[in-house]
Amino acid sequence: MILTGMTLLLCLVMIGAALVAILGKGLAVAILATGLVSLVASLLFLILAAPDVAMTEAAIGSGLTTFLFFFVLGRVRGGEHD
Amino acid sequence: MDALSPLAVHAAMATGFLLILLGFYGVLTQRNILRMVVAFTLSTTGVNLVIIAIGYTLRRTAPILDEAVPLAEASARIIDPLPQALVLTAIVIGLGITALMLAYVYKIYQVRRTLDIGKLSELKW
Amino acid sequence: MIKRLLALLLIGGLGGVFLLLWLDFTPPTELNEVARYYAEQSAPDLGTVNITTAIIVTYRGLDTLGEVTVLFLSAAVVGMVLVRGRRRTAATAEGLVSGGELLASGSRLLVPLILLLGVYIFVNGHLTPGGGFQGGAILASAVLLMLLADPTRRFSHRLITLVESSTGLSYVLLGVVGIVLAGGFLDTRILPLGEFGTLFSAGAIPLIYSLIGLKVGAEFASMLANLSETEAL
Repeated sequence: MILTGMTLLLCLVMIGAALVAILGKGLAVAILATGLVSLVASLLFLILAAPDVAMTEAAIGSGLTTFLFFFVLGRVRGGEHD
Repeated sequence: MDALSPLAVHAAMATGFLLILLGFYGVLTQRNILRMVVAFTLSTTGVNLVIIAIGYTLRRTAPILDEAVPLAEASARIIDPLPQALVLTAIVIGLGITALMLAYVYKIYQVRRTLDIGKLSELKW
Repeated sequence: MIKRLLALLLIGGLGGVFLLLWLDFTPPTELNEVARYYAEQSAPDLGTVNITTAIIVTYRGLDTLGEVTVLFLSAAVVGMVLVRGRRRTAATAEGLVSGGELLASGSRLLVPLILLLGVYIFVNGHLTPGGGFQGGAILASAVLLMLLADPTRRFSHRLITLVESSTGLSYVLLGVVGIVLAGGFLDTRILPLGEFGTLFSAGAIPLIYSLIGLKVGAEFASMLANLSETEAL
């Protein structure tokens, strides 16, 4: 029962973060929100009995991807408001 | 053991589908290329979530054998390991694709000094 | 405006399809035939504790080889696309802020530990969750930490290329040895299976997964290094 409630809560957090990522104003906020979606997704993978996938998503999806985005965002200063 | 109810699996799958739709909506309506890449990453996460939710079987555990899941009971106790292997592959390839897209975003900005997709109209007709 | 409406229409249609799929779905209670085969046969055949690893390295080994190839190609294209932006001189590097004393000292402490964790994860890929891809990503995050602490740091691209190509070559060679000594390409039963559940078991799976880990780590590191060496525009 607790696990089900937690799953529903995590789903709500994911949808909220995804809405921020698509509709939010700042690009940095959008990138961070995508990282949050990936992080919460890795928790969901753990709940859905997929520890291998959860590790991959946490290390790659929310870690490295976010930093790749920030590397490029830092290089294209001035382009983010186009 | 605290078991996951079918409602939770359905909720996870619905979230995955919603993420795919939100990502596609973002790709179709954003003007900034970097924002389109962000939206694309979102829908990739959604697809992975849907596949894992489909592979889940109720009242079973992860495909790793140990004292709790001896080999003799394995086929009655573990979930399908194949979707997990596929999604693992998909996540790693996803980072490769994202890096490639970001490299092209940088290149476009270097040459054109803009990230607005509306101003890149050479191939438009 | 009309564009946005069209996009909404398209999303609505796709959403309808998804809704039908979602309403139709009932979580299964039994494994299908393929999954049952993996569950029952992977431990006696290959000696792995983690069944996902058995699928990735052996049953679908060719798939993984293709995946590593795709990753190599995308790392190579990232390097090729960014090659002109990579010649930063000392003058242009001045604009970068260094990470500060705290991050520099902290990274000197943490980088060896992170590398150790990455190696631990891919060496134990057949016993615990995780494996080459996760371990490789953790190795790359150590490189990332070094880059954050000192943005002007340059990594030897020759070393990264050397690690990447030698591990890739050994991976393919191990696969060919599988044809000669065992049942086919990438068959991992070329080494004795050993005692179930110990580090030196499961044939060549730990060896292959370690090679994959090093290769993936080198590829991610080269992507990160290439992107961080670009000039700010």
